[in-house]
Amino acid sequence: MAKGTIVIDQERCKGCTLCTLFCPQHVIIMDETRLNGKGYHPALLSDAQGECTGCAVCAVICPDVCISVYREALPKRREVQEAIVHG
Amino acid sequence: MAKELLKGNVAIAEAAVRAGVEAYFGYPITPQTELLEYMSQRMPELGRVFLQAESEVAAINMVYGAACTGARVMTSSSSPGFSLMQEGLSYIAGSELPCVIVDVMRGGPGLGNIQPSQGDYFQVTRSAGHGDFHPIVLAPASVQEAIDFTIRAFDLADHYRHLVIIAADGQVGQMMEPAELPPMQARHERPAWAVNGAKGRKHNLITSLHMSARDAEDFNLRLQARMSIIKVTEQRAVEYFTEDAQLLVIGYGTAGRIALTAVEEARARGLKVGLLRPQTLWPFPEDRLSQLADNVRACLVVEMNAGQMLEDVRLAVAGQVPVNFYGRLAGVVPMPDEILAAIEDEYRRMAVPA
Amino acid sequence: MISTNGNKSTLELVYERPQSLLPMYTHYCPGCTHGIAHRLVAEALDELGLREQAILVAPVGCAVFAYEYFNIDGVEAAHGRAPAMATGIKRIQPENIVLTYQGDGDLASIGTAEIIHVAGRGENITTIFVNNAIYGMTGGQMAPTSLPGQKTSSSLCGRDPRTTGYPLKMSELLAQTTGAAYVVRRSLHDVANIRKAKKAIVTALKVQMQGLGFSMVELLSTCPTNWGLTPEQALQWVRDNMLPYFPLGDYKVIDAVKGL
Repeated sequence: MAKGTIVIDQERCKGCTLCTLFCPQHVIIMDETRLNGKGYHPALLSDAQGECTGCAVCAVICPDVCISVYREALPKRREVQEAIVHG
Repeated sequence: MAKELLKGNVAIAEAAVRAGVEAYFGYPITPQTELLEYMSQRMPELGRVFLQAESEVAAINMVYGAACTGARVMTSSSSPGFSLMQEGLSYIAGSELPCVIVDVMRGGPGLGNIQPSQGDYFQVTRSAGHGDFHPIVLAPASVQEAIDFTIRAFDLADHYRHLVIIAADGQVGQMMEPAELPPMQARHERPAWAVNGAKGRKHNLITSLHMSARDAEDFNLRLQARMSIIKVTEQRAVEYFTEDAQLLVIGYGTAGRIALTAVEEARARGLKVGLLRPQTLWPFPEDRLSQLADNVRACLVVEMNAGQMLEDVRLAVAGQVPVNFYGRLAGVVPMPDEILAAIEDEYRRMAVPA
Repeated sequence: MISTNGNKSTLELVYERPQSLLPMYTHYCPGCTHGIAHRLVAEALDELGLREQAILVAPVGCAVFAYEYFNIDGVEAAHGRAPAMATGIKRIQPENIVLTYQGDGDLASIGTAEIIHVAGRGENITTIFVNNAIYGMTGGQMAPTSLPGQKTSSSLCGRDPRTTGYPLKMSELLAQTTGAAYVVRRSLHDVANIRKAKKAIVTALKVQMQGLGFSMVELLSTCPTNWGLTPEQALQWVRDNMLPYFPLGDYKVIDAVKGL
C-alpha cells in the first residue's frame, strides 16, 4: 500500500469535522488542544503508525480547501514491465 | 450627408448604430417598437449583437452584462417597460457602467395609454432605480435632435462612465420629418476595467456591492462628486425671444415645441413672451433659468403631465416670480391655441399691478 | 501552523488548491458544500485551461461573494438575473467562457424566467445550480425547492403544499427545452458523488467550449446552519430526504455531448 501524508492549513479550517469522518484510515482528529484564529478547533493529522495512504478523500470532502495531499510515487507500470523484461 | 425623411424611433436606432453601439437588447412595447424592429435587421447586418429578450427585466440585465465588457450598449422601452428596468438601471449606476437607455414615453399610470406623454419625468430624472443617483437625461423635441442627442448620449456615457437616458415622448418616436444622420464611427476601444478574461492581468471585478458601510459611502461620495461635475458642465437648453420677455414659458420635448408656436403667435399679438426649452432634464438648466427669472415677471410651465418639471422650475426660480402651469395628461397632446390661451391668461393676470 | 508527520521528501504532491481559486478565507459556514462546489468549478477550469478566458456571473445569495474567491474575471448580477447578464456578456464576447453560479432562491424562484429562456435559446453558457432547498443568506426561509414538511424560518410548521405548492424540479423542467444540450443533477453529499459532480462540471464546460448550447449542472447541497444540523447530519439529510425528491441523473444529454 502506498505511503502518504497530508498538510492541513489549520488557519483556514472551520472545524466542520467532515475529514475526520470520511478518512478511511481514521488518522485525522479534531485538535481539541488549540483554537485557530477564527476560534475553531482545527483538524489534525494523527498518524503515528504512518497509515495515511494519500488517498485524498479528506481533501475531496473538505469544503474549505485546507488539505494538501502527498503520496509516495508508485513505480510507473511501464517501469515495472521493463524491470520484468530486462530482469 | 443629405437629409432623409426619418421616423424618430428609426432615427434614434440608426444614430446609435453610427455611434458604434455594439449590442442592443430590447422588448416590444408601443410606442418604441419600431426602434427594436429596425435594430433586429440592422445590427446583424453589421455583425453586431441584437437580441429580443423575454422581458424588460431580462433586457436591462443583458445590457448590464454587455456593459461590463466596456462595449457601447443600449436598450429602448416605453414607460411601463422602463419601470421594469429600474432595478437593472440602479445596478448599472452602482457599477459605474456607461450605458444608453431610450424611454419613449406614453400615458400612465398603469397600462395607461399609448399616446405621447411626459409622465416619466420624475422617474427618469429622480428615481431610475433605488439609491442616490441621477442619470443624465436628454430630451429631444425633433427627429434631428433625437439623432444628435443619441450620438451625444454615448459620448457622455463613456466620458462620465454614467447612465444616460434619452427621454423622448411618443410623438418624437413616432413622427417622421427630414433629418441628417452622422457618418459611421469606428469601433470604440475597450477600457481597462472591462471583463474579458483575466489573461496576463489581475482579475477584474464589476459589482455594486460594498459590504462595509464606509466603503459604500466612499463609493457614493465619488458618484456624487462626479454628478456635481456633470451638473455644472452639462446643463443645456435653447431659448427664444427671451431678451425682452416679461413672461417666460418653459417646456421641453413636444410640449416645448408646440409652446414655441404659441409663443410666436403671442409675439405677433405684441405680447412680450419668451420660451426656454430644456434639452437636458438632468442636469436641469437651473443656472440659465434663474438668470432669466431675474428679468421676467412670471413663468408658465407647459408639460404633457400633471406638473413634474414644474417642481424643478420652482426650485430654480426659488420664489423670485410666480410659476404657473398648463398641462394635458396621459396621452393628450396640447394644441398651440390652448397654450396661447394660457399665455394670454397669464399675461393678463401678470399685467394687473400687484 | 501546518500539521503533518513523516518525511515528505519521498512523497509527491498529488492534491492542492486549484489555481482558479484564490487562497482566501471564505465566508461560508463550517461544512457548507458551497465550498466544495467552488473547488470543483475551479478544478474544472484548471483542467480545461480556461482560467484566463472565464467570466463568472455571481448571484445574490450565499454565493454573492463568489467572484472574490475565484481568480477569474467576475461580475455581480441582480437577484435571479445572472442568466440574462451572462447572455449579454456571451453575445458580445463569445470567445469567453461564461458561467453563472446560482442558488435555488436565485434560479428557481425570482430567476425562473431568465433560466428558462437561456435554456430555450440554447444560450452557450454554463450554469452551476446549487440546490440546498432553502434561502441561506437571508437566514433560512423556505425556497421553491424546500421539501414538503420542511421547517424553515418562513414555514415554521413545515412547508404545506396546500398553500405553497411543491418543490420545483429545475433539471427536469429545463431538460424539456430544445436549446438545452446538457442538463444533469449531481450531489455533494459524499466523496463518490463529489467526484461525479466534478466530471459533470468538466463536461458542461466542454459543451460550452464546443458551442453545443445551454449546459447546467444542478448540485444538491447542504445548509447546516439553517437546517439546524451538524455538517455530517446535513450530508445525511441530503441523502435521506433530498435524493428521493430530486433523483440524480442525466436529464438532457444531446448526442453531440455524448462524445465529449
